[in-house]
Amino acid sequence: MSKPEPLKSPDTAIMAAPPATLLEIKNLTTYFRSSHGLVRAVDGVSFDLNRGKTLGIVGESGSGKTVLARSIMGLLPKAGLERDGSILFEGDELINLGPKSMRPYWGAQMAMIFQDPMTSLNPVMKIGNQISESIREHLDVTKQYAKELAEQLLISVRIPEAAQRLDEYPHQLSGGMRQRVCIAVALACGPKLLFADEPTTALDVTVQAQILDLMAIAQRERFMAMILITHDLGVVAGRTDEIVVMYAGRIVERAKTETLFSHMKMPYTEALLQSIPRVDQASHVRLATIPGRPPDLINPPAGCKFAPRCNYAQDRCLQEEPPLREASPGHEYRCWFPVDTPEGADALARNRERGTTASGLIFNPPTPALANKQKS
Amino acid sequence: MDDLRPDAIPESSGSTSQQIVGESIERGFLGSSSEIALAAVETGPEGEASRKKLSIGAWLAIGWMGFIILIAVLAKTGIFTWGDPNESFVSCARRGPFSQEGTAANFILGCDSNGRDMLARLALGTWTSLYVAVGAILVGFSIGGLLGIISGYFGGKTDTFLTGLFNILLSVPGVVLALALVAFLQGSAETASKSSISPEVILIIAIGIVGIPLVGRIARASALSWTQREFVLAARSQGAKHRRVIIKEILPNVLPAILSISLLGIAIAIVAEGTLAILGVGVRPPTPSWGNIIAADRGNLFTSPHIVFEASLMIFLTVLSLNMLGDVVRARFDVREGLL
Amino acid sequence: MELTKLIARRAVQLVIVLLFVSFFTFLLVRLLPGDPTDIIIPFGTEAKKAQLRSDLGLGQPLYRQYIDYLGNILQGNLGRQYSSGRPVSELVAQSLPVSIQLMIYAQLIALLFALPLGIWAAYRVGSRSDAAINTTGFALLALPNFVVALVLSYFIGARWKWLPTGGYAPGWLDPIFDGTRSTDIGGHFNYMLLPAITLALGQIAIYMRLLRSDMIATLKENFISMARAKGISNLRILWRHALRPSSLTLLTVVGLNVGALIGGAIVVEVIFGIPGMGQKITLAIFSREYIELQGYVLVVAVLFILVNFFVDFLYTILDPRIRRGRSAT
Repeated sequence: MSKPEPLKSPDTAIMAAPPATLLEIKNLTTYFRSSHGLVRAVDGVSFDLNRGKTLGIVGESGSGKTVLARSIMGLLPKAGLERDGSILFEGDELINLGPKSMRPYWGAQMAMIFQDPMTSLNPVMKIGNQISESIREHLDVTKQYAKELAEQLLISVRIPEAAQRLDEYPHQLSGGMRQRVCIAVALACGPKLLFADEPTTALDVTVQAQILDLMAIAQRERFMAMILITHDLGVVAGRTDEIVVMYAGRIVERAKTETLFSHMKMPYTEALLQSIPRVDQASHVRLATIPGRPPDLINPPAGCKFAPRCNYAQDRCLQEEPPLREASPGHEYRCWFPVDTPEGADALARNRERGTTASGLIFNPPTPALANKQKS
Repeated sequence: MDDLRPDAIPESSGSTSQQIVGESIERGFLGSSSEIALAAVETGPEGEASRKKLSIGAWLAIGWMGFIILIAVLAKTGIFTWGDPNESFVSCARRGPFSQEGTAANFILGCDSNGRDMLARLALGTWTSLYVAVGAILVGFSIGGLLGIISGYFGGKTDTFLTGLFNILLSVPGVVLALALVAFLQGSAETASKSSISPEVILIIAIGIVGIPLVGRIARASALSWTQREFVLAARSQGAKHRRVIIKEILPNVLPAILSISLLGIAIAIVAEGTLAILGVGVRPPTPSWGNIIAADRGNLFTSPHIVFEASLMIFLTVLSLNMLGDVVRARFDVREGLL
Repeated sequence: MELTKLIARRAVQLVIVLLFVSFFTFLLVRLLPGDPTDIIIPFGTEAKKAQLRSDLGLGQPLYRQYIDYLGNILQGNLGRQYSSGRPVSELVAQSLPVSIQLMIYAQLIALLFALPLGIWAAYRVGSRSDAAINTTGFALLALPNFVVALVLSYFIGARWKWLPTGGYAPGWLDPIFDGTRSTDIGGHFNYMLLPAITLALGQIAIYMRLLRSDMIATLKENFISMARAKGISNLRILWRHALRPSSLTLLTVVGLNVGALIGGAIVVEVIFGIPGMGQKITLAIFSREYIELQGYVLVVAVLFILVNFFVDFLYTILDPRIRRGRSAT
């Protein structure tokens, strides 16, 4: 269990080049023991992430995406936790490391931006201290230097009057400004991997794009890898290299971003896409919702986990769980009747005819847009 | 839980597994299996059942309270006595378990410095202490509750005046206020040559008055919130009389909030009785109370500790039981209020 | 700016409360039925009674009496102890510092133990040590001060003879109030330790339980997760990130608890024979010195109000959300 050397300065991350793969997740499972039974929050997830690249993890709340991020970072409370599989970070195995051994990684090698900037900063601690605290913990620098670094960081996240802000408290800033501070905290020690867990969900729509752009710039400047977690496919659309769609703790589709949007195979991905508002739609068009709710993670349904809510569902979906299949190199999905295939079209047609799906769900194709797409 | 969902994404609340995951993330580094299990139990249907079941401690507390109430009633009514609490056996004075004077034959708990049977005195003392404590709580809770409800219901100047009164009473430390009141009441009772007012009643009034602002503030807050409910406004707009609205609509809703703290109030009053006795203004001898048994033989603590410690133990166990039951009751009432 | 305004408003409130409390203590003597002099000095000569009547201003209208009473207080004149003729203010100067020192020591001891225990219990919530701390706290809450005092003076004082169970030697505060006293720090702490521990025990339970539940809530906050993700050590998270927000709640309770502390100090003083306010008050009641008692009640109430005012002020200073005003939001 070798610990990473403390970084001399945040810039060293740029100089470190090979190997290209930064993070390699293999068959990661994360279970919680509870009095009701084992909760399978993350169930056999595998993916790779190269340096400087961005991965989007998309899914509804309860799909396991937040647990996945915290599990990779090792931030989950260890009591009642069962974690298995492999997490290779720069070739080092992290799965067996406890909090003590993980601490040198936290903040310094991998950092996290949380969802709600209003509660993520300590209300009774000066902003400057909240940034420099992490610098002082990981880098061997003087107090004065840490303070200067903190100011630089605030400037780099476009906070006006950075020098004064250092001595202010979080409540004196707006939500967007606070999220910028959180980004500055995350960037403080020049991490190689940044997790952003719904970084814009709690913010005003007008501020969301600014924050996402800021993160993209910071990422490019620092050659940092990023995992962007969201329920909103619209957020990840132009900003990620690859997207992982999660459902019930499993990956249900994984592809390069363009491939996913142009050739999505998984009905769940399709349903997620239809649930985001689109500019080209008339404003009064009702958004599609995905019927039902995420499955029970203690006693998940047999077969495909999404089948009970899926418009494509056939009898086979209820009995056999589809394996992760490859559509093209780098594009995997988990479905018997994929979107935009003859099988899928058949399944949809059959369900339309009888009015219900195999699971008894009333057939209800989400939007006209979908129907058009199917015809073309 | 872990993200804010736009309307398009269905709600997932209600699912136990989701809650467990959310809880365990929230826990930060506090997480322990028992806490997570607890969170799960609280959300599950079994949670209701386990909440209704009382712990062993609570049953012991109920048992103890039943026991001392029985003793008190028996000793007071004389249905069954453990001897005369005022009969002196000089040879047994200050004797008892752990006493340097030796043990007292025939008296399990020994005798006090006057050679009176501790068992008999503690039994009758139980009556006196409970009588004073419950009486004080009745005074404090009825007056405090009434004033609080009036204050919260009518608002305006009435509220300002009564809240001010509560604040003034609260700005004198409880013990000092009780001492001053006892001194004042004793002085008044003697001049008015109404020596028929027993010291117990004076104590009840003094401790009760100390409790008025505490209860009053709780009742006021509760009454205020209920007064603004629609059904009360509806009753008032239909021209119901204030008295009727207060009795029919406000009182039944405020009562649980007040009653839920009554057990804790009795515990505090028991301690207050003991404190005042030690400060020399308690129940007057020869009537025994837990407090004045301690006060009278405090000077013999080093040679005959049994006298002081037996009475202290009674106070400790009773206060412990009442605190425990008070917590149980409070938790219950919170649940009920949560459901409303 | 915001701060000065806030303090000004609080100061006005303070004056109003003080006026009402002084009126309350004023009534304590005037409302005695019949001729108050018969109660205060039942066996006094007619000349003495006349003297008392003019002292109290009896016969004048009530508002006039109150204004005179208030004027006397402001001049430091709290009336006289009738048996000895000594001014009450002199007696207060002798006994008040004793009580204040006792309460300060008790408060310090209580916080010294309650802080680490409360933090530890919150950090290890659900563990065996948490359960033990919690149960002990619950039991301590059911132990009245006088029971603790008697148990400790029996075992520590009489059986094991570690500390004296009665007596007093002047400490650092006594000479400031009463110039005739000389300090004996060694003896002072020797006498004060056991009473202070007694008084502290009940407070420990209150603070510990409060801090525990408050810290448990704080440790679930997002900013704690964030601090963890920064790689900050657990110890630093506990002390720097979690304790500060929780300590604000603790401070409020410390202020509210001063009333109970004063009550406790009175009993403890009586049991350990310490010549503080508590002992003076009980003696005054015993010997029917109503004027003296009136003075003590007033002094204690004012002390209590001032401490609460100070705690309120401290709270304003410590919480940046109040200190910097609401201008930013």
